[in-house]
Amino acid sequence: MLPRWFNKWNRDNPTDIERPAILIGAVGGAVIVAVALVMWGQPFATTSLQTGPRGTGMSVPEFDADRLLPDPGIEVFAATTSAPVVPAGGEQLAGEARENVPPGLEGLTVENYDRLLAAMREWTGIPDLFEDAESYQTAVGHVMVGMTQNINENWDGHVNANKQVGVTCYTCHRGQPVPSDIWFRLGDVNKSMAGWSANQNRVTPLNSYTSLPTDALEKYLLDGELIAVHDLDSRVAGIPGQDDYPGIQHAERTYSLMNYISNSLGVNCTFCHNTRAFYDGAQVTPQWGTESLGIQMVLELNNDYLVPLEGLLPPERLGPKFQDAPKAACRTCHKGYQQPLQGTNVIADWPELATSSGTPDYGQ
Amino acid sequence: MAEYQNIFTQVQVRGTAEMGIDEYGTLTEDRTTTTGFSNLLGWFGNAQLGPVNLGMAGVVSLGAGIVATNIIGLNMLAQVNWSIPEFLRQGFWLALEPPSPEYGLRIPPLNEGGWYIIASFLLLVSVMLWWLRSWQLAAEQKMGKHVFWAFGSAIWLFLVLGLFRPILMGSWSEAVPYGIFPHLDWTTAFSIRYGNLYYNPFHCLSIVFLYGSVLLFAMHGATILAVSRFGGDRELEQIVDRGTASERAALFWRWTMGFNATMEGIHRWAWWFAVLTPITGGIGILLTGTVVDNWFIWAQEHHFAPMYDGSYGYEAYGTYEAFVGQEG
Repeated sequence: MLPRWFNKWNRDNPTDIERPAILIGAVGGAVIVAVALVMWGQPFATTSLQTGPRGTGMSVPEFDADRLLPDPGIEVFAATTSAPVVPAGGEQLAGEARENVPPGLEGLTVENYDRLLAAMREWTGIPDLFEDAESYQTAVGHVMVGMTQNINENWDGHVNANKQVGVTCYTCHRGQPVPSDIWFRLGDVNKSMAGWSANQNRVTPLNSYTSLPTDALEKYLLDGELIAVHDLDSRVAGIPGQDDYPGIQHAERTYSLMNYISNSLGVNCTFCHNTRAFYDGAQVTPQWGTESLGIQMVLELNNDYLVPLEGLLPPERLGPKFQDAPKAACRTCHKGYQQPLQGTNVIADWPELATSSGTPDYGQ
Repeated sequence: MAEYQNIFTQVQVRGTAEMGIDEYGTLTEDRTTTTGFSNLLGWFGNAQLGPVNLGMAGVVSLGAGIVATNIIGLNMLAQVNWSIPEFLRQGFWLALEPPSPEYGLRIPPLNEGGWYIIASFLLLVSVMLWWLRSWQLAAEQKMGKHVFWAFGSAIWLFLVLGLFRPILMGSWSEAVPYGIFPHLDWTTAFSIRYGNLYYNPFHCLSIVFLYGSVLLFAMHGATILAVSRFGGDRELEQIVDRGTASERAALFWRWTMGFNATMEGIHRWAWWFAVLTPITGGIGILLTGTVVDNWFIWAQEHHFAPMYDGSYGYEAYGTYEAFVGQEG
């Protein structure tokens, strides 16, 4: 292929080009990498939020690329919210002028009710919300408005632990009629097995894709079982599974719940615990207290509001295995953030959702 | 000497197959008779493959082991409804779990830990017979029983995990599941359940010997390779008739740290470090839940888990708003 004289010249003048090529390639590559790092910086830079005393390794690290990216939901919410219209007195009330008004909202002025209704339709992605008295969505929506008011009114310690934030329909729904990250009971996930052999070792979102037990949400966030597995003395006699002496299996189930929580909030163990003594109330962080209230809140939401929806929802909205009502947990609101919508105050414009008294506080 | 600077053995000396001693004329009784040679094996060790002396203990051990593995595998397969693709996809997640806690030390139904008990028993038979075999093979060659005792230390940890501790705890449910991820879950849960195993002093010792073994192995391997150009890899000759290889290796370490092991003693160091790893680890596991239920509290009682002085000072740690860049 090459001219004969060229091949001959090559044979007569043997030159080692491999070594210089490797040398130039290596040095050149290193220069390019160095220049790129200087110009564009470390591509995987992280920043840590300190959560405990110095020297104990207690911090929540996050990639800067993720950390500084605002939750896209914040912008969507901002477009749907509007300032309340302070009633002057004497206005027509929603209960008289509108139909299918959720209980507790009848006392709103028509103007404020229409404002709220428009926002709720945007938040839930249901354009005809509360139009049809026969629709199951109307019945369910009435319960959900009560649930939202309850969270804002009675779960201040969790929702507004750091500052006023509140929740609205949008916190969970995000423009979808069915919120993301709801869960159903799974039951036994392994064929041919029973007991502790049947409820673990399968990939499911509920055990965060680990091989830990899949029924942690059901046991701890629905049945209200005790989460603690530690002994508070250096020696406690007992036989596993008897007399409240927790076995390894119970520890695995709590670990499954903890995995779910940390993934739902985008944090690690040391956000709440000092990992040298997980159980020790003297070494946990303030977030541990907030989170404990959150667990109690989810228990109440599931048992008092969501499980009773079973009779109202059509079959296609029920669980695939047990036809149970959809249930909520941390991720349903948090969606992977430490605070839902990164701590955006969603309740400031909506005093109607902040109280179940029927008389919102418009700051008059 | 460039050929020695390779991670594989490059020179393969090969004659007729070495068949071993036949003092009692019973050569073919327990041994296979055929041998082969493999270049690939020669890269890693001796190129000769066989003959194998399995013996009665070896045959029963292998049989019991194969049945145990099959019980574990078929249980996993049953869990995914006998679907091979699902078995491969979920393989690392699947396990044969020990009995549920409510059964204590009783035999549970097959699908709730019964198979686990059967598989564990067969595994026990298999391991103990393999252990016996390591004694028999050493005895037949009039060797010391060092391999037997070293294997025994690993078996000690195995028995603590699967037999001694569950019996002392009064429940088979404390045993370790047979599965890839599940046995790791067990390890984490075990540490968390009993208040942080890092505060268990025997766990500390086991780590010391484990890392120490690694360090000694690296030092010894490096030293011998470094003096193999002087014949240092013929360690036995160097032990009985110290040559320049031993002299140089010893001098190197005395220059480095003022002290050196001997050509014979270094193997005692290595053996004891390796053997003490599972021995101390097994003691630590055996004490957990039977003598101590919360290692962190135990460590506080014995004054080696420090308490922090002063307040946590959360106000100084920065806010979430600043963390996500919502304020300056």
